[in-house]
Amino acid sequence: MARIEEYIPIVGQATIDDLRRIGNKLKGKVIQNINSTSVGGGVAEILNRMVPLLKELQVDARWDVIKGGAQFFEVTKKFHNALHGKKEDIKQEDFDIFMETSRMNINEIDTYGDIVYVHDPQPIVLIDKKKDNKWVWRCHIDVSNPDKEVWKFLKEFVVKYDAAVFSSPSFSWKLPIRQFLISPSIDPLSDKNRELPQDVIDGVLSKYGIVKDKPIISQISRFDRLKDPVGVISAYKSVKQYVDCQLILAGGGASDDPEGVLVLEEVREKAKGDPDIHILLLPQDDITVNALQRASDVIIQKSLKEGFGLTVAEALWKGKPVVASAVGGIPLQITHKYSGLLCHSIDGAAFSIKQLLNSPKYAKKLGENGREHVKNNFLITRHIRDYILLFLSLYFQEDTVYL
Amino acid sequence: MKEKEIKKASETFLFYTRLNLSELTGLKAFSLGDLLERIKEVPESSIYHHTHRFLQQHQYLSPEPPNDFAYWVTNALGEKELGEELASIDTVQFSTIAELRGAFVAVIENYIREEPEAKLKATHRSNAFYFMKSVSFILPTGYEANDLPDFCRIMENISIDSIYFHIFEARLRIGKKTNDFSYWIENSLGNKKLADAISRLDPYTYTLEDLRSTITQKALKYI
Repeated sequence: MARIEEYIPIVGQATIDDLRRIGNKLKGKVIQNINSTSVGGGVAEILNRMVPLLKELQVDARWDVIKGGAQFFEVTKKFHNALHGKKEDIKQEDFDIFMETSRMNINEIDTYGDIVYVHDPQPIVLIDKKKDNKWVWRCHIDVSNPDKEVWKFLKEFVVKYDAAVFSSPSFSWKLPIRQFLISPSIDPLSDKNRELPQDVIDGVLSKYGIVKDKPIISQISRFDRLKDPVGVISAYKSVKQYVDCQLILAGGGASDDPEGVLVLEEVREKAKGDPDIHILLLPQDDITVNALQRASDVIIQKSLKEGFGLTVAEALWKGKPVVASAVGGIPLQITHKYSGLLCHSIDGAAFSIKQLLNSPKYAKKLGENGREHVKNNFLITRHIRDYILLFLSLYFQEDTVYL
Repeated sequence: MKEKEIKKASETFLFYTRLNLSELTGLKAFSLGDLLERIKEVPESSIYHHTHRFLQQHQYLSPEPPNDFAYWVTNALGEKELGEELASIDTVQFSTIAELRGAFVAVIENYIREEPEAKLKATHRSNAFYFMKSVSFILPTGYEANDLPDFCRIMENISIDSIYFHIFEARLRIGKKTNDFSYWIENSLGNKKLADAISRLDPYTYTLEDLRSTITQKALKYI
């Protein structure tokens, strides 16, 4: 795990000094994070990195995990999908299971923090233990278009918190509590994003039979309809008429996801007969993903719907020109024609890919600007800064605070 | 050889920094009429947020209009002419947020007077304008300059947030058409020539990193 000093060559000494200075202002306060799992998933991933770094900054950050059986997590998975706007069959029994486990956690978990920072809906009911300490609910989910019944149920707990945090303005709701906007981040020193030696990149290409003598375009995403992998192949085919290139579609395992299996079949069918399309079903392997992104000439993220779309930040961080749909959090990461190209259709994506392959200088400039934008706005150091400022803000009502 | 005497400042320059956290106000606009009403009523920290955010977030030269209102009016409402007028409001010329708010209100009201139907033009729910505000934390960085060599040394290492604070926000704080560096160099070091040279820079045409090196280079000439 990287130490805070290791970020100095990336973001500069002054940025780390600022973090130490504001971290120091939280002296004596215990920040207790609570979520539903210590491994797997984006929240655990960020807490695993964030908590040790906060401790290094002298912030007394701690992390506790609620308990729950299979039934509870089946219900919370349904809630998660429903909050994303997916139709789910949710019955009263599901709410009962959720409340029963929540009550058990209320009895078992000590909410000792001066600030209790609750992540996502699973532990949300713990707010009923609130005393005179501060409570914040961190929503990592896109709740811009949620199932109304589930949102109404959860909202009764949300409003009891001191504040809520969302990742995008469009995810927020009119609530009687303070709401903050904190974007997610990537870690430039993680296996997925750190610099890689050329021989590691070459090794990955050779393992998957990808040649280096043709430009590579890639989309690295789950095989999910909302990521539109079939549309990516259509765009590639359109580009291929003019530029001899290869396409990599790489994504995580789909075996536990019936729809994913179907999408993968459709993708394979669409790619049939073209040896320059590489469909890679990858296990969780961050170094391989990193190497494939670094080997690419253009990276695509042609999603139809997206939460924040951090794969775009990952690609930009590697200085790559990106063509991505203007959905979810992607326009926050890409300014069209400046730090990447935004598209709204297959034809638009194809045109942009062609333009980038034919104008390497322009592509390089977009990549450089993109990297700079990510450096300033989407690295873990900015995320830590926002979290510390959030915790501090709970003790002030003013808009301008002199520390 | 006698070393050149270094002039000590009559007052120490304390480097500060400003760190912002974005707070959602829950207010949205779907039409130009909504936008106008909200601009009139939101707290000053919201006007500040939507007119200054880009400077810290896009600290390199960016083609984006320099305020969120112009961007939204152009891209969500398709009102390019008004967008251009709003983008042309020179934020740096205003010494209070109240005056700056007044400038946006005047431009929009004027446009609506000439194009009354524009007031009703609305965008889709997904393209709404979300009013946010900045919660700002101002803190000393611990760096202090007592003479020009100190100043140059610190300028090379200070965060760009600190440079931003002393250049872009000085007008709003001290109500003068200058920046903190020029003010100190003129009043505490008595070097009007250098103070003016820094004051004349148009900060909008530099990246913050370029401002850092340009100011430092100018100051180094006087050491």
